[in-house]
Amino acid sequence: MNAEASMNNVILQVDHLSMKFGGLVAIGDLSFQAKRGEITALIGPNGAGKTTVFNCITGFYKPTEGMITLNKRDGSTYLLERLPNHEIPARANVARTFQNIRLFSGMTLLENLLVAQHNKLMKASGYTFLGLFGFPSYRQASAESIELARHWLEKADLVDRADDPAGDLPYGAQRRLEIARAMCTGPELLCLDEPAAGLNPKESAALNDLLMDIKNNTGTSILLIEHDMSVVMQISDHVVVLEYGRKISDGNPQSVRTDPRVIAAYLGVDDEEVETVLTEVGDEDVIEQLDTGPDSAHGPGNSASMMAGPVSDSVEHADEGERVTVSKGASKAAQVDARAASIGSKPQSAAKPAAKSSAAKASPKKPAPKASAAKAGSASKGKETAAKPTAGKPGGRK
Amino acid sequence: MAATVSSERDTVATPVQRAFREAFYAGAISLGLFVLFIGLRTDQNISNELILVQRWLLLAIVVIAVTVGRFLYVAYAVPAMERSKAEKGAAPAVVAQPGFIKQNFNRIGLVILLLYPVAMVLLFGFQGSLKWVDNFGIQILIYVMLAWGLNIVVGLAGLLDLGYVAFYAVGAYAYALLGTHFGLSFWILLPAAGCMAAFWGVMLGFPVLRLRGDYLAIVTLAFGEIIRLVLINWREVTNGSAGISGIPKVSFFGLMSFNVSDPNYIAKVLHIAQSGAYYKIFLYYLALALCLLTAFVTIRLRRLPVGRAWEALREDEIACRSLGINTTTTKLTAFATGAMFGGFAGSFFAARQGFVSPESFVFLESAIILAIVVLGGMGSLGGIAVAALVMIGGTEILRELDFLKAVFGPDFTPELYRMLLFGMAMVIVMLWKPRGFVGSREPTAFLKERRAVSASFTKEGHG
Ligand SMILES: Nc1ncnc2c1ncn2[C@@H]1O[C@H](COP(=O)(O)OP(=O)(O)OP(=O)(O)O)[C@@H](O)[C@H]1O
Ligand SMILES: [Mg+2]
Repeated sequence: MNAEASMNNVILQVDHLSMKFGGLVAIGDLSFQAKRGEITALIGPNGAGKTTVFNCITGFYKPTEGMITLNKRDGSTYLLERLPNHEIPARANVARTFQNIRLFSGMTLLENLLVAQHNKLMKASGYTFLGLFGFPSYRQASAESIELARHWLEKADLVDRADDPAGDLPYGAQRRLEIARAMCTGPELLCLDEPAAGLNPKESAALNDLLMDIKNNTGTSILLIEHDMSVVMQISDHVVVLEYGRKISDGNPQSVRTDPRVIAAYLGVDDEEVETVLTEVGDEDVIEQLDTGPDSAHGPGNSASMMAGPVSDSVEHADEGERVTVSKGASKAAQVDARAASIGSKPQSAAKPAAKSSAAKASPKKPAPKASAAKAGSASKGKETAAKPTAGKPGGRK
Repeated sequence: MAATVSSERDTVATPVQRAFREAFYAGAISLGLFVLFIGLRTDQNISNELILVQRWLLLAIVVIAVTVGRFLYVAYAVPAMERSKAEKGAAPAVVAQPGFIKQNFNRIGLVILLLYPVAMVLLFGFQGSLKWVDNFGIQILIYVMLAWGLNIVVGLAGLLDLGYVAFYAVGAYAYALLGTHFGLSFWILLPAAGCMAAFWGVMLGFPVLRLRGDYLAIVTLAFGEIIRLVLINWREVTNGSAGISGIPKVSFFGLMSFNVSDPNYIAKVLHIAQSGAYYKIFLYYLALALCLLTAFVTIRLRRLPVGRAWEALREDEIACRSLGINTTTTKLTAFATGAMFGGFAGSFFAARQGFVSPESFVFLESAIILAIVVLGGMGSLGGIAVAALVMIGGTEILRELDFLKAVFGPDFTPELYRMLLFGMAMVIVMLWKPRGFVGSREPTAFLKERRAVSASFTKEGHG
C-alpha cells in the first residue's frame, strides 16, 4: 500500500512480535501500529502480556522474535529490539512508566524530574568536567532544566510539593509525578502502564485531562495500558486488545467495544450473555465447552467487573497451570473464532456482521458499558475507519 | 523478656513495685550468668599449676550494679522517658529553629580544624604536640578522606563495597614504588596514584556490574583480599610482607624540604629551631586540604547530573534505565571516583608513614571505613566526619585511659578492651540512631525552600 504516507504517520510499528519465557508464550505473533499524535490503548485481561509488550518496546526484554520500528518526527527510524535498554529513551525518545510505580522516593519531586533530564544535562556539563568548575554554560542549562521541571510540575498539579520527597506523595500524585518525569525526557512516544490503577474517580478525571493535554500540546504520542474502561473509551483513539499474548481485536474504541471476541474475552460479559451471543449464531459445541470449560474460573466474575476498577481480584488465572488448560482454544476469543469457523457453510463475510449485530444487542443490557460506550462514541467521533491501516487523517485530532 | 511479660500482666502496679520485681529478676539472671564468668577465674601459680581464683566480691559488685541499674531504669528512667515523649506529642509541632552550632556546623568545624595544630603547639609545645597532631589529627583526617571516598560508592550510588581498602593499598604502593624507584615527587605522584586507583576501580567495576547487594559485597571483599595477597606474594616488586621503606617525604612544593640533611631544610630556610613537628603540622594541613578537596568535589558532583544519577541509581536502577541513564557508566564512574579518593588517601598515607606493608591493608580497615560511613549516615559528609572523629579518635583515646588502672587494678590494660568498647559504642549508636548520626538527606536542588529529606524515604540501594 502507500507505505510512504503511512510511514510518516505511524510512530510505532510492531511486527510479528513474540516473547517466550521458557515454554510460556507471553506474546505470540503480535503486530500492531500506533499512529503519531494519537492515544493508542493496549487492553486485555490480566496476564494477557501487555506489560511484556511494553518491556519489549522499552528494551527491558529482548523479544524472541519480531521487529519493533520507531519512526521519529525527524524521519529517523530505530529498530527498538536492537537498541540497548538505556538508549531507547535516550536516542529513540521512548519514555515509559511502570505498573508498580518506580519513583526515586528519597529524592524530591524536583530532583526526580531533573534526573529525567540526565542526558541533556550531562552534555551541558561537558560530561561533568565543565560542570565541576562551574562553567556558565552548565549553569544556564541547569536553570533551563529546572524551568522544564517546574513546567511539568505545574501540569501535574504538584508544584506546591516540589521540595518534598517523592515517597511522601499520595498514590495518585505519585502516578502523575511518574508521568511528569517521563515527559521530562522529551519523549516522542510515551508508554503508560496502567496510569489510572488505584486512582479515585476525581484523580482519574485529572489524569484524563493531563493525558489529553500531553496529546494536544506536545505532539507526544501515547501508548496506554489500562484496565479502567472509562479512561480507555474516553481518551483513546485506537484500541488493541490482547488475550493470552495474541491480538484479538484492533480498531477504534467503538468497534472494539462491539467486537464479539472482545466481549467474550474481556469486556465483562455474563456467561449467559455470551451464550446469548453464541446461541444467536447457533453454535452448540462452543456453548457446551463454555459451560464446562475453565471460563467461569477465569473470566470476569460478573458483568461489568472490568468497569468496577481494580483488577487484582482476577489475577489468579495468570499463573501457568491454568494457562496450560486454557491454551488450546479455551480462550473466549478463540471460541468465537471457532464458532465463526464452524459456520463454514456461510461465507465469512456473512458471519462477521451477524456476530457484530448480536454483540451490539448483547452490550446494551449492561448499564455501565452503555454509558461509557456513549462517551467513547463522542470521543471518537467520525473515526469508524480508523481500524483500516491506511485510514486516519494526519494530525486530524490536533 | 521478664520486662515484657510482667508489664503485660499488671499494668496497675506502680513503677516502683514493678522495678523491685524486675530488679530482682535481673539480679538473679546476672548472678546465674556471671557466676562462672566473673566469680571464678583460672590462673597459674608460681609453679605453673592451674589454680582457681575465687572472686566473689567482684561478682557481688557486678550483680548489685545490675540490680540497682535495672531498678533505677524501670522505676525512674522509663516513666521519665514516657512523660517526655507524651509532652512532645502533646505540644504543637513547632519547627524547632536549629541552634547556632547546628546552623554553622561546617564553618565552626573548619575553624576548629584550622586552629587545631596551633592550639596543640601552644598547649604542649612542639614536641608535645606531635602526638596530638599526628596520632589524632592526621590519623582522623585520613579516615575522613577514606570514608568520604567510600561514601560516594556506598552512600550515594548504593553499591556495597567491602574491599575499599584495596584502592587505599593501590594508592599507597603506587606512591611508594614510583617514589622510591624513580624519585618522583609527591605532587606528581598524588594524581598518578589517584588515577591508578581509579583505573583499578573501573577494573573491579566491570565484572561486578551485574551483581547486586550481598553478591556485590562478597566479590568486592574478595577483590580487597586479592590485592593484599598480590602485595604479599609479588616479592620482586612489592618486597612481600617486609614492605617498602624509605619512601621519600613530601616537600613543601619543592621549595622547602623536611629532611634535616637537605640544604633547603625548612629550619635552615626560615632560620628557626629544628623540630620534627614542622613536618607533622605540614602533613596535617596537607591532609586537611585533601579532605576539603574531597568534600568540595563530592558536594559539586552531587549537584551535577552524575551525582544525581548515582543517587537515582541507589533509589531505583530500573527507573534509571527507563529514563535513558546508562547505568553501566554511572556505576563505573562511582567506583572510579570513590577509588580515586582512596588512592589519594593511600599515597598520603605512604608519604606520612615513610613505610608501607600489606599489614596496613587488611579487611578490618575496609570494615572500619564502612562502619564510619554507616555510623555517620550514608551520604552525609558532616555526619561521616563526626563518625570518623568518634571512632578513630575514640579508639586512640582509649590508649590514654591509664586512669582506669586505678579503678580496675594495676594489671588492667585498657588497650585490650579497645575493640570491645568500640563495638559496644557502635551498637549503642546504631540503636539510638539507626540511620547514622545524620539520617536525613540534603536535596541537591530546590524550587522554593531547601528541606532535608527524612531518612525514612531514602533507600540504601541494592548493590
Ligand atoms: N520475566 C518473566 N518471566 C517469566 N514469565 C513472565 C515474565 N514476565 C511476564 N511473564 C508472564 O507473561 C505473562 C504476561 O504477563 P504481563 O505482565 O505482560 O501481563 P499483563 O497483561 O501486563 O497483566 P496485568 O494486567 O496483570 O498487568 C504472564 O503469564 C506472566 O506470568
Ligand atoms: Mg501489566
